[in-house]
Amino acid sequence: MEAIARLIAAEAAATTEATSTGDGLTALGAGLAYGFAAIGPALGIGNLVGKSVEAMARQPEAAGMVRTTMFLGIAFTEALALIGFVVFILLKFA
Amino acid sequence: MLALEFPKMYEILVWKNLFDGVGFNKIAIIACLATVLSSVLFILATRKDTTEAPRGARNLAEVVVDFIENSVIAQTMGSDKESMKWTPFLLTLFLFIYLCNVPGIIPFFQMPATARMAVPMFLALLIWVVFNATGIKHQGVGGYFKSVLFPPGVPKALYILVTPIELISVFLVRPFSLAVRLFANMLAGHILLVTFALLSEALFQAKDKVLIPVGILPFFMLVFLTSFEVLVAFLQAYIFAMLAAVYISGAAHPEH
Repeated sequence: MEAIARLIAAEAAATTEATSTGDGLTALGAGLAYGFAAIGPALGIGNLVGKSVEAMARQPEAAGMVRTTMFLGIAFTEALALIGFVVFILLKFA
Repeated sequence: MLALEFPKMYEILVWKNLFDGVGFNKIAIIACLATVLSSVLFILATRKDTTEAPRGARNLAEVVVDFIENSVIAQTMGSDKESMKWTPFLLTLFLFIYLCNVPGIIPFFQMPATARMAVPMFLALLIWVVFNATGIKHQGVGGYFKSVLFPPGVPKALYILVTPIELISVFLVRPFSLAVRLFANMLAGHILLVTFALLSEALFQAKDKVLIPVGILPFFMLVFLTSFEVLVAFLQAYIFAMLAAVYISGAAHPEH
């Protein structure tokens, strides 16, 4: 417990030392950019894969075709989250 | 206390030039190795006697060719002879991307070549040129742009909306998303591996003895993510090849 408390104190001291408000806002924006960008694709991919599993269970002989289409759909849906990730990288590191 | 500072982005991505004044670094080595390895595989495969049952390099090459023909081309372009002519192109594309991705988890390389934007961007531009050229070859310049920008079966008034959307999505968003998908996936995997490796290192060397056993948690995560990256490296190469096939087939055979 003591170690963890000291850890938190040290972290707090380290963060207050050399950060301006601008840096803080950039970091906040970067985190929010990725977080919000992940919501839509998360729902989309969840729905997509769930429906695909349902289709494969109902008709196992069509599994190959469903799987290919599922990967294609995932690739398109996922692109949005990845653009969010790129924005995060740009805000945080560029 | 933990002295844990995440390294700057360039420290985990930008590698030193091996020779002075020549821009030849680890990324270039990985890309060259990928080319050489895939060439050697197929040269070895073709040299073997065809009468015996396939073994070794020939067997491996057959598995890869079979995968491209059955899982990529037959599923997206159709299994006719005309579509199978794309096998060499998509095979090269798939193998190159896969062999560029896999060094991300191989010790001493520890860097996927596709995590630098130059490699996926070049590949995406190549696909862009190839699918546009295919469309123009199969339908002629006017026919291709007409079928892309004015898709048939749409009410005339809607072209005000449809045409700009198609223009942007086909000619700008396609290459962009193709490049970003590969790049961001590999970069995210690389950063995750770096994060957990650093975290376990810092915890294993912590001054407080209490923290040392906690280091097992990020270490397990590191092992798990490494095996996950095996899957991602394959999946991204597969998806890239498959999307290339979809774009090419869409340009070659327009919807009626």
